Amino acid sequence: MTEPILKLEGLKKYFDSTTGGAFSKKKVVVKAVDGVDLEIFPGETVGLVGESGCGKTTVGRTILKLYEPSEGKIIFEGQDITDLSRKQMKPLRSQMQMIFQDPFASLNPRQTVGALVGATFDIQGITPPGGVKKEVERLMERVGLNPEHVNRYPHEFSGGQRQRIGVARAIALKPKLIVADEPVSALDVSIQAQVVNLLDDLQQEFDMAYLFVAHDLSVVQHISDRVVVMYLGKVMEEADKKDLFASPRHPYTKALLSAVPVPDPIKGRARERIILQGDLPSPVNPPPGCVFHTRCWKVQDKCRTEVPEFLQISARHRIACHFPEPAA
Amino acid sequence: MKPFLEVKNLSVSFPTEDGLVKASNDISFSVSRGETLAVVGESGSGKSVTSLAVMGLHNRKSAIITGQAILNLNSGPVDTISAPEEVVRKLRGKSMAMIFQDPMSALHPYYTIGDQLSEAWRLYNEGSKAAGIKRATEMLDLVGIPAAAKRVREYPHQFSGGMRQRVMIAMALINNPSLLIADEPTTALDVTVQSQILQLLRDMQKEFNMAVILITHDLGVVAEVADRACVMYAGKIVEQSNIEEIYYKPDHPYTIGLLNSIPRLDQIEGRRLQAIPGQPPSLISLPAGCAFQPRCTYSHLVPGNLCRTQVPDLNEKFAGHFSRCHLTEAQLIEARKSVGGQL
Repeated sequence: MTEPILKLEGLKKYFDSTTGGAFSKKKVVVKAVDGVDLEIFPGETVGLVGESGCGKTTVGRTILKLYEPSEGKIIFEGQDITDLSRKQMKPLRSQMQMIFQDPFASLNPRQTVGALVGATFDIQGITPPGGVKKEVERLMERVGLNPEHVNRYPHEFSGGQRQRIGVARAIALKPKLIVADEPVSALDVSIQAQVVNLLDDLQQEFDMAYLFVAHDLSVVQHISDRVVVMYLGKVMEEADKKDLFASPRHPYTKALLSAVPVPDPIKGRARERIILQGDLPSPVNPPPGCVFHTRCWKVQDKCRTEVPEFLQISARHRIACHFPEPAA
Repeated sequence: MKPFLEVKNLSVSFPTEDGLVKASNDISFSVSRGETLAVVGESGSGKSVTSLAVMGLHNRKSAIITGQAILNLNSGPVDTISAPEEVVRKLRGKSMAMIFQDPMSALHPYYTIGDQLSEAWRLYNEGSKAAGIKRATEMLDLVGIPAAAKRVREYPHQFSGGMRQRVMIAMALINNPSLLIADEPTTALDVTVQSQILQLLRDMQKEFNMAVILITHDLGVVAEVADRACVMYAGKIVEQSNIEEIYYKPDHPYTIGLLNSIPRLDQIEGRRLQAIPGQPPSLISLPAGCAFQPRCTYSHLVPGNLCRTQVPDLNEKFAGHFSRCHLTEAQLIEARKSVGGQL
């Protein structure tokens, strides 16, 4: 069996914050990520989904050590990188890269595309065969940009093109893992499909693993091999794509899937919908027991007091629920 | 009976230093009470600009607006484009109301929810402030805000995103309008909250028998709530029809392209997404012919240079189904076959 390229063991990330007004400030702890186990294998795409505030972005950023983890372990290619310093991380960064959500904020407006993409080589002290300029042009062509535009600035490109620049920068060093944080959610639907297809093709070509962080379940379903569903800092369910979408076992996953509008008027209106009541509770003060119990339609006394364990229910399917749905 | 709103040949353009931005161009549609019309399109297609014109919310000094937007009120028709601003202002919030994408920036952070709702009510109703708060509480209750009597005294920041959107809906409906324009009302919300809000909009439409215009880019949302849809591209309506025909018998290559490019939860077996190549044109220098031609997969089927030289008319190819394309019906049947397994 192959080794996972990335393994998270009980990863926690707590942020210190304050609450109350100017005169009654109190220190509180936001439990953004509260014990996440996850494995990513070479060449696969793991979709990480959940609603805003569930901690999915924090997981992605902590993996790359853009945030220091509060507890738990991050193991990359068998090496524990949890406590590595910035300096010690640097050589590893060529192996793990990130694509950001906002193609407007993630590119320095004062640098040309050539400089933006070329910087990755300079930082790592790598000279690609044929020189940096040649390689940048080759990368631009590969992601569907005109290499003649190498001296243009980010504002001269559309949103979709800018996201292609972000992709070119991420793949420049042929990393083994890319964390893509909502890479297509800022794009219009017709452009979204272009970038999704590009990511698909590049993965095949370079055999990279993706952690695809997104809230749009339709996109995640399309691109992922395996899907992890988070709620309030915890993993609720994890399974192969087909399993998860055809037979969700956690009530939250089931409700989440049923809430996604289907672009088909007859099917869409006929299907069973579970409308969850209320909103996501605050991660400052998560509910005791199962974090989902305040909105769950199957809640029982046990759920209010006992935290459900994250258990294997079949070979590749894990859930954290006391009263799972029957298999479909 | 006449539709409540009739938009006729409405165009909005903005003069800028770089040239005239033709944001929306020759738009015609109508909406009746009890009916939901979806206006679908990508960013810059002109959907919001059109609805703001109907509401009379463009600055008449900076926007060039032609055409008509007629509200058929009980007291007689009023064209919100040509009527004096005073008249249009008195219709806003009373006969027509609007809700926006971002409920946080649409509410005033310094005033309580009750103050803001009762202000909207007292604009058109004689009544004390206490009566206004009472009415506000009733509305909050109606839109499903728990403990309305307590929450009416709270401030916007004390509400979650979904609850704020409920407040916006309560405010829009407080004077019982006949037309509600909802501009991307659920785009900023999580999907579980989105389904709550869509359900609420459906219930409220029944309750108030309103004409609803739903502006969105999400074809899933359209399929769930709309009766009819206009698909917009580069400032023009390219297709308009009842909702079933839009999805099962799309008659414009752009609509076909949109349906092919979205990943769908009801099709788990991976098929490659068929992206629409290229990007939308600049609204300052539109192509001479069909604005979609540079991205169209089928324009080579049309003989000669027709797509490149002549803007197609919005033709009624079937009863109630309009589309703006030079392709013949036989060619479209071929093109439609690409839409994943629905036909």
